Amino acid sequence: MKTRRTKIVLAVLLMVSLAGSVFSLRAVDEARGGRATLDDVLYIRSGKVLQRASLGYRGLLADIYWTRAVQYFGAKHGRDDMSYDLLYPLLDITTDLDPHLIVAYQYGSIFLSQPAPDGAGQPEKAVALVEKGIRANPEFWRLYFSLGCIHYFDRKDYKSAEQAFEKGSTIPGAYPWMKVMAATMAQHANEPSTAELLWTELYRSSQEEALKDNALKHLTALRVDRDVNELERRVRLFSGRTGRLPGNWSEMIHAGLLRSVPRDPANAFYRLMPDGTVQLDKPGAFPFVTRGIPPGWKKTRQ
Amino acid sequence: MAALEIQGLAKTYSSGFWHATRKVALQPLHLNVEEGETFGFLGPNGAGKTTTLKLLMGIVFPTAGSARILGHDFHDPEIKKQVGFLPEQPYFYDYLNASELLDYYARLSGVSREQRHKKIPALLETVGLGEAGRVPLRKFSKGMLQRVGIAQAIVHDPRIVFLDEPMSGLDPIGRREIRELIVNLKREGRTVFFSTHILSDAEALCDRVGIIHKGLLRGIGVIENLKSKIADTSEVVWRGTDALATVSDLLTQSHVTGEVVCGVISGQNQDLLLERLRHQGAHLISVTPIHGTLEDYFLEHTSEQETITT
Amino acid sequence: MISRLSAIAFNTFREAVRDRVLYNLVLFVLLLLATAPLFGQISIGLERIILINVGLSAISLFGIVIAIFVGIGLVAKEMDKKTLYTILSRPVRRWEFIAGKYFGLMMTLVVNAAFMAGGFYLALLINARGLQRADVGLLIAIYFTILQFFVMTSITLLFSSFSTPIFSALFAFSLFVIGTFAEDLRNFAAMSHGVTRWLVTGAAYLVPNFSALNVISQVAHDAPVSGTLVLWNSVYAVLYSLTTLAAAALIFERRNLK
Repeated sequence: MKTRRTKIVLAVLLMVSLAGSVFSLRAVDEARGGRATLDDVLYIRSGKVLQRASLGYRGLLADIYWTRAVQYFGAKHGRDDMSYDLLYPLLDITTDLDPHLIVAYQYGSIFLSQPAPDGAGQPEKAVALVEKGIRANPEFWRLYFSLGCIHYFDRKDYKSAEQAFEKGSTIPGAYPWMKVMAATMAQHANEPSTAELLWTELYRSSQEEALKDNALKHLTALRVDRDVNELERRVRLFSGRTGRLPGNWSEMIHAGLLRSVPRDPANAFYRLMPDGTVQLDKPGAFPFVTRGIPPGWKKTRQ
Repeated sequence: MAALEIQGLAKTYSSGFWHATRKVALQPLHLNVEEGETFGFLGPNGAGKTTTLKLLMGIVFPTAGSARILGHDFHDPEIKKQVGFLPEQPYFYDYLNASELLDYYARLSGVSREQRHKKIPALLETVGLGEAGRVPLRKFSKGMLQRVGIAQAIVHDPRIVFLDEPMSGLDPIGRREIRELIVNLKREGRTVFFSTHILSDAEALCDRVGIIHKGLLRGIGVIENLKSKIADTSEVVWRGTDALATVSDLLTQSHVTGEVVCGVISGQNQDLLLERLRHQGAHLISVTPIHGTLEDYFLEHTSEQETITT
Repeated sequence: MISRLSAIAFNTFREAVRDRVLYNLVLFVLLLLATAPLFGQISIGLERIILINVGLSAISLFGIVIAIFVGIGLVAKEMDKKTLYTILSRPVRRWEFIAGKYFGLMMTLVVNAAFMAGGFYLALLINARGLQRADVGLLIAIYFTILQFFVMTSITLLFSSFSTPIFSALFAFSLFVIGTFAEDLRNFAAMSHGVTRWLVTGAAYLVPNFSALNVISQVAHDAPVSGTLVLWNSVYAVLYSLTTLAAAALIFERRNLK
């Protein structure tokens, strides 16, 4: 019948055009090629304007911007992107809308300040963000911890780090450990054990998956650095005893300097180089590592 | 006691910029209705019938004048417990069913719960909606709506009932049913004031009528009296055409068929005519009074130039 | 009087229910429950914060929207369809009609909010596998939301008593938006001088203060709400609504209906 046929035609048309529009939209995305401009991602740049526009539902809007900040960073980081221009504005807006969203400050203190590609490489902005957080949440002593970490890790400004930990330790409820950290800053700033202490605490106290993951990577890198240093020290011992460099790990084991072939945290063998240095099998698996990297090795997209 | 006393109620609508345009919907109206009367308020469309009712019900406010209902000021809310109203082309909450609607209205009019429980089913029967108590009003036909309308107008047992065009839009069966309901109201001793432009209904139901046109009351009184005021004429039939000449000045019309003359004469000249015919030796066949109809009266008073007659 | 008021209020409530306006709440409850597990994937520490922000904001927004869309028709519809004729021909005072309609819509909104709050707490329960003490604090945010409804409903009723539905909706929504800026208006007033100052101050107090009635972000962080605030907000909401309703009743009192 006429009506029956019309219905079938319309249904088919509907499905075809729907599929077609999906495909064409994907093509549009390709064509735009991730050239999303600042305005595209932020929609509106001003935190103040957004506050007004939220009609009182600021918490909700803050959560939305927070989610976008995390996704923005996560997506770019996954591509080993080197620039994260929008991270600061996104976090800034989020905290304008909800000044008590502590996790945003903590996230910023790590991922804004770490050098690319693991962060935006903007420690000054990170400091500004955390200080803003401290103003809005003066009783939250952990923010001083975050501040101290920025000064320590990425600005290498041990004096400011010490001051941050010191200030934080005076807040009621702060762990006595903050005072310990302040003292450590003053005396043992350059030692790897200090870094290990901080990252362990960060790992322990973070609830955010990305932050925990990051701390773990740092701890792993510190372990690798330690391993490589120790292995090279034993190689020097060997050469000191035998007058030559070992050709492979077995010789070291025979010499009683190692119990078994050393493996890195990824369970691959460390590589013993002819010149006596130790290298990682896959340096790319260990961001933040400073030792064991083959000379001239550059991080490429995997 | 007069059930209804309208004392100079008037309404002028002003609209447009700075209320410049004025429309006189009702000129000062003076009208009384006695208890137990059934009064018909007649007039063509737009005459001011609905305006009068809206004024009485407090839906619009008068520009002048006042009224008394059962001796109380017409704006007194308490007296409204004794007033029932059925508006023209009524619309009721279509998400309710008939029982719920009547219950709601009865409650608003101060009827107690036991009374409501008792009365409403019986009332639905009376208006012929006994089976339709639970049917949502959105499914009601026009006739059913009109009947529910009458039901809500009397559910609280008011002494006076106002109906605006209660028969409008109904088919002949519907109209007869509504008519019967109105007769019942009368029988129950209620005062009924209803407006209509259907004269036959008025003639059938009303004790008195008032005729309104263009906001002005043109005539009021018992129907018989009104009818008789119009061209009170008779038809006189006699045999004897020779007499015709002597009486033709008295006749308004005449018609001759063979030997028989049929003439129309106004009431006042009737005796004179009969006198002269007798003189002429005409053979009188019949004298028949022609009664004016209400329609004649109506048409006469709803033409353009008019002054008030009582 | 009470009988008439409650009759009108209940009838208004009944109309809303049968109008299927409230069926959005079933939808909302289902939606919220369905998305509750998703919140965990966004970020662990924020599950609860996000759930609270979304849940309470939805309850508030839904309610305001219903207050506006049902409110604008409250009086206008009855005038349009002439159902008012048979009401006013009865011993119902005009102000009783306004008040009854108001209470009816408030009942609708409160019931709506109660259902949504129920669904919300259920989602919280599923999400956290248990309720905590701080969840009681959320009730205050919900209570404040209901106070917002008091005010919003009275405003839409005011406009409904003399304006057409479209304009009523526009005015009411505008007042809601401006009401969220009430604080800014007062700040602006403090900064200005002379006549402007008087005008803006007047406006700042005339406009309903919705920002004070929104503590959602606060309770999302489990921050306490002061008892004094609860008290004064309640007083404010009641008095503001009373003022608006009185104005509505006044306007309606001498209005010539069609």
